[in-house]
Amino acid sequence: MSRAAEKVLDVESLSLAFGGLQAVDAFSMVLSRGELAGLIGPNGAGKSTVFNLVTGVYRPDRGEVRALGRRVTGWKPDAIARLGLVRSFQNIRLFRDLSVMDNLLAAMHAQPPYSLLAGLLGTPKALRAEAGLRQRAGELMELMGLGPRASEEAGGLPYGDQKKLEIARALAAGAQVLLLDEPAAGMNPRESQWLMHALRRLRDERGVSILLIEHDMHVVMGLCERVLVMDHGQKIAEGTPHQVQRDARVIEAYLGSKKR
Amino acid sequence: MRRRPNLLALLLLLAAASLAQGLYATLPAYPATILMLCLINASLATSLNLVIGLAGQFSLGHAGFMAIGAYVAASCTTPGVDLLGLAAPALALGPAAQQALFALALLLAGLAAGLAGYLVGLPSLRLRGDYLAIVTLGFGEIIRVVILNIPAVGGPRGLSGVPSYSSAFVAALFLGGLVLGIHRLMGTSHGRVLLAVRADEVAAAALGSSPTRFKVAAFTASAAAGGVAGGLLAHAMMYINPSGFTFMRSVEVVVMVVLGGAGSISGGILAAALLTILPEALRPLQQLTGVDLRMVLYSLLLIALMLSRPQGLLGRREIWQMRKRP
Repeated sequence: MSRAAEKVLDVESLSLAFGGLQAVDAFSMVLSRGELAGLIGPNGAGKSTVFNLVTGVYRPDRGEVRALGRRVTGWKPDAIARLGLVRSFQNIRLFRDLSVMDNLLAAMHAQPPYSLLAGLLGTPKALRAEAGLRQRAGELMELMGLGPRASEEAGGLPYGDQKKLEIARALAAGAQVLLLDEPAAGMNPRESQWLMHALRRLRDERGVSILLIEHDMHVVMGLCERVLVMDHGQKIAEGTPHQVQRDARVIEAYLGSKKR
Repeated sequence: MRRRPNLLALLLLLAAASLAQGLYATLPAYPATILMLCLINASLATSLNLVIGLAGQFSLGHAGFMAIGAYVAASCTTPGVDLLGLAAPALALGPAAQQALFALALLLAGLAAGLAGYLVGLPSLRLRGDYLAIVTLGFGEIIRVVILNIPAVGGPRGLSGVPSYSSAFVAALFLGGLVLGIHRLMGTSHGRVLLAVRADEVAAAALGSSPTRFKVAAFTASAAAGGVAGGLLAHAMMYINPSGFTFMRSVEVVVMVVLGGAGSISGGILAAALLTILPEALRPLQQLTGVDLRMVLYSLLLIALMLSRPQGLLGRREIWQMRKRP
């Protein structure tokens, strides 16, 4: 690599306990710009909790989160999102009664396009900004294959399209770093193939850095350049998909050990 | 967002207000008063709809903000209190000066109620659903009890001698402005985020918009508009009393919003008119039967309506969208 890779996410010994349960235990990781990495582990390993800690939903007991050059530990979720670190949710959280277009437009308000007063008066500047937003939203819909569905209500979309819309919406909010929580869950093989292709394009063409939690090993192994494995709140392995697959601790975490 | 002919909107607003004033002037006193109450109640319903329908937060404290507006405005214009020292000179100077003072009084009413709304909303909008309803109910009652204990505005005796400055023109202008403002808000980026917050607060935050900010802003604007409506009411009734701003008054406005369809501005206005006219229209029945069955019928009608249309008369749609699919 010619230049030192810029860290877009740097998590240092993050810990969080829920009562007596140590959900995340001294977890550290780094994500470089333009990287496609996976976070895997058995159910209850603490993967989603890491996402919640990094995006400000939970406050860590200990540890630091730095994102895009800022120390964001303790920041509110909306402030972290405005910085460019945006997540999707395991249980899809679209604005269900808004149209596909309005879902994207609402997300774009992360960088307010015009003042409220200008919007109410309908000044030329606001109208131009609004037209610009709609064009950008249209491009995102094309990119994610949602073009024909612009005016449909988001809650009525087929499951696969809802997943796509969540990713498009994160991009609309200005995501430079995408944290995707099980993006391929519930997708059929054709859809997950499409998703892998789309995510790779996002990284290649838009330089978006992506960290994803995923249970579909076909997606993880086929897409991610680096995989982190969690179990009981701790990182137990890290490396290329190939390396991780052979790691004794990983096999033990997933399948159990022979001993005892 | 379409191109917005601001001047045309303003002219339409003035024309509608003039029409209301014309109607008001030609009607006999009793129906004219009902028309005035319809306009004011419609403004109350519209202002509360901003919180319940568009921001998706339940508030039971609207009467409190109305009370603040009513008392602040009346204190500016009533010679007995004369907060600004302008009430007596205005009375001497004539209608133009009086209306100017009235406009200033309404502005102050809106500002005071808006400030109260901000102070109440900031801590309480962290809560949701039932909890928020109870907290706003509590604040509404606190406001009323505080007023009850201010001798300068009459305490429990109420404040009489409020000059009759409200006209159908001003009331209709306010209602029209409110409707126009909300209609336009829904076409802006800010309005869309408000609807997004209503749909899913967690997701809205995860996408970079602070739900608290939007909810508090909606609550503040709603309280301010409720305050102005309270000011209009005071100057239409010429007498205000703390017992006119109890929890039951808040419930009445909530019923208007829910009956019309939370989120439907025109629905709320329709329901406000219906619920204002209905008890009056049922009066002849009382003379016929000799028993006051009005409230019984009124309640039965409400129950029947809510059973047949639980989403409210118009649901979330507006009148002009009625022909489209549900």
